[in-house]
Amino acid sequence: MTTIKELGTYAQNTWCPGCGNFGILASIKKALADLEDDGLDLNKVAIVSGIGCHAKIVDYVNVNTFYSIHGRVPPPMTGIKLANPELTVIGHAGDGDAYGEGIEHLIFSAKRNLDMTFIVHNNRVYGLTTGQFTPTSPSGFKGRSTPKGSPEEPLNPIELMLTSGATFVARGYTRNMEHLQFLIKAAINHKGFSFIDVLQPCFTFFNTYDYYNERVYEFIQLNHDVSDRKAAFVKAGEWAYGEGEKIPIGIFYQVKKPTYEEKLLGGRIPVQLTPGNIRPVLEKHI
Amino acid sequence: MENHKHRLNPGGIILYDSKKANAEGLGFDFMEIVKKFEGKPIMRNTAAIGALTGVLNIEWSVLEKVIMDAVEKDVDLNLKIAQHAYNRVENPSKSVPKLDQKPLPLVSGNEAIALGAVKAGLNMYIAYPMTPASAILHYLAAHENELGVVTVHPESEIGVALMALGAAYAGARTMVGTSGGGFALMTEALSLAGQGELPMVIVEAQRPGPSTGVPTYTMQGDLAFVVHAGHGEILRVVLAPGDADEAFYTAGMAMNLAWKFQIPTLVLTDKHLSESIFSFEADLDKVKPEQPFLWNNQGEYKRYIDTQNGISPLAFPGNSSAIIKATSYEHDEYGIATEEPEMIEQMQRKRLRKRKALEDELEKYETVKVYGNPDSKTALLCWGSTKGACIEVAEALDLKVVQPLILEPLPVEALKNALSGVDKIIDVEVNVTGQLAKLISGHGFCIDDMILRFDARPFTVDILLDNVKEVLS
Ligand SMILES: Cc1ncc(C[n+]2csc(CCOP(=O)(O)OP(=O)(O)O)c2C)c(N)n1
Ligand code: SF4
Ligand SMILES: [Mg+2]
Repeated sequence: MTTIKELGTYAQNTWCPGCGNFGILASIKKALADLEDDGLDLNKVAIVSGIGCHAKIVDYVNVNTFYSIHGRVPPPMTGIKLANPELTVIGHAGDGDAYGEGIEHLIFSAKRNLDMTFIVHNNRVYGLTTGQFTPTSPSGFKGRSTPKGSPEEPLNPIELMLTSGATFVARGYTRNMEHLQFLIKAAINHKGFSFIDVLQPCFTFFNTYDYYNERVYEFIQLNHDVSDRKAAFVKAGEWAYGEGEKIPIGIFYQVKKPTYEEKLLGGRIPVQLTPGNIRPVLEKHI
Repeated sequence: MENHKHRLNPGGIILYDSKKANAEGLGFDFMEIVKKFEGKPIMRNTAAIGALTGVLNIEWSVLEKVIMDAVEKDVDLNLKIAQHAYNRVENPSKSVPKLDQKPLPLVSGNEAIALGAVKAGLNMYIAYPMTPASAILHYLAAHENELGVVTVHPESEIGVALMALGAAYAGARTMVGTSGGGFALMTEALSLAGQGELPMVIVEAQRPGPSTGVPTYTMQGDLAFVVHAGHGEILRVVLAPGDADEAFYTAGMAMNLAWKFQIPTLVLTDKHLSESIFSFEADLDKVKPEQPFLWNNQGEYKRYIDTQNGISPLAFPGNSSAIIKATSYEHDEYGIATEEPEMIEQMQRKRLRKRKALEDELEKYETVKVYGNPDSKTALLCWGSTKGACIEVAEALDLKVVQPLILEPLPVEALKNALSGVDKIIDVEVNVTGQLAKLISGHGFCIDDMILRFDARPFTVDILLDNVKEVLS
């Protein structure tokens, strides 16, 4: 069995002290270790990340990883999963990454329902590039590119994913680590596209700890039918990433649908395919 | 009629629709023939083919078979119309000799690329539709099961290129295809393929630019773009086939080289090659999947271990004794991001050191082709689809033709050999600025004249012949 320590690497961690990313790192390692106990082969795990503070996580986890480029987390995940559907594919993206630079890939991943898990480190700011507004920053956010305040309304990624066809839609908070571990395990175990928006305070450029601590509540125990799409939208509407009294975290929606790879591949595993004989095909050209 | 009349050869005949045009030659009222059989107006084409077959003195049974094979609806009606027009020709004036050889498969440039890649072990083809590359996707999608290939049509070329890199990381031999505009969107992935040492095969089927340009016509305007595309300094291969056989071989080469050297490779074609139909005579056994350098599962795996020739062994996720870390960042041997000056320098050198081994490998191939009179002092220099017209012109004027098949890394020695003894080089390209001429003059070759066509049409033999004669006089 792999220990949490063995799941780390020698890379020097360069996140700021107090960064919410530490909570996600600890949670993914714990979730992987627990899932290994349940029979997951860690050699068959592949993690993809984008570019941003969040993305450094691949250097800190000792499993197969693909450190992609800004906004492009879903396409390599899709390529890996389609090439070898026996792999467990997990993505870590930033909010700028997932909802800005590469939003089309995210929408299409949800639409296709590939069996993969997508975790967004949503600090609602560009951390790595030192504090500009992102698609989920509150309106009026004063970042370095918007000193007069952001003129845009924030996007609600939970609603976006519900609309796009994701079959597992959840929100977590880095301070509620056990809950986050539970969400990550449930997401990986879910057969289909699993999406978790993780509220991750950026200690340096957008410190939201107090704000979240006062408002975040877990609704897992409460009466919520996860297969009810309407109820999911109602729940998602409780907080629109701007002002708000209460911020629900938990699984908004979860249903079972055929996956893209089942439909596209029909049981074929591309990395194991042997090329066909081209002669009979050429015969038809005569 | 006015546009094309001047191109009529001596003794040539104009066959025309007498209701639509007026000319000296053989006029038929095709609509009247169609009406006689109560056919549809579109069947005037069938009537015209019938008349043409008659003029060329081809046996009726040949056309009969062609119509039965090619036409799906109203076969009998089409046959009647064709035969009527055929019989109306009174003095067949031309005669097409019958060749005494076995019929060859008719294959387009795009199909040949698809087949060559399959022969070299293609597992996945990922593409977003774009003329003139789309037919590769259509062909492979239609023959998925027979050819053992999975085809995917994603959200955009950015998605395509990054998916291909993910698939390669997982161990699937993958190819993508597009035209210039789509390739522009793939350049960030091209750079990642360079940094991450991920095998990537790209087909770039050119059409006239800039931008949307003339989408369904032809041009060779992207040579400089593909040779230089991508930020940072990247080792790559650019192959430029000139006919279907070469398209088949170079697609196979592109796949094998991408995997042996863990680099991006490009097959540069154009509308004229991609969508033209050729008699296909390639030796199928010349292309097969060649083994990349695989890890032997001994000791600790390092994705980017530095080696003498710069090539690190490959392993794929799922391997029980390796952890595989691929990355877009500069990195150490294990694949962890680094900012250390020595490591950065070492890795930059390691990646580009592969060039030596690559050039050695390329010696196994014919990199520059020569046609026409090998002793001629005048050579037509060309690349890609322009080769066909050049060869015919060279044969008519007793000149030499030199065609590099590989444009990057440029086979300088082979080019020198091919051009030795030549004292006049005439560069022939379908673009505005003479991109091959520019590329090779950086290597000390002196171009004497350029014949450039850039009206979105390929060279035809008659036009090129006039152009060359003019240059020579
Ligand atoms: C194509 C491209 N554009 C811009 C950048 C610069 N860049 C790096 S990270 C980043 C934003 C990161 O924000 P986010 O995705 O939210 O990640 P975080 O740093 O907050 O974790 C930007 C704009 C880049 N690397 N690539
Ligand atoms: S800048 Fe923000 S997100 Fe980045 S490491 Fe520091 S605290 Fe974390
Ligand atoms: Mg962010």
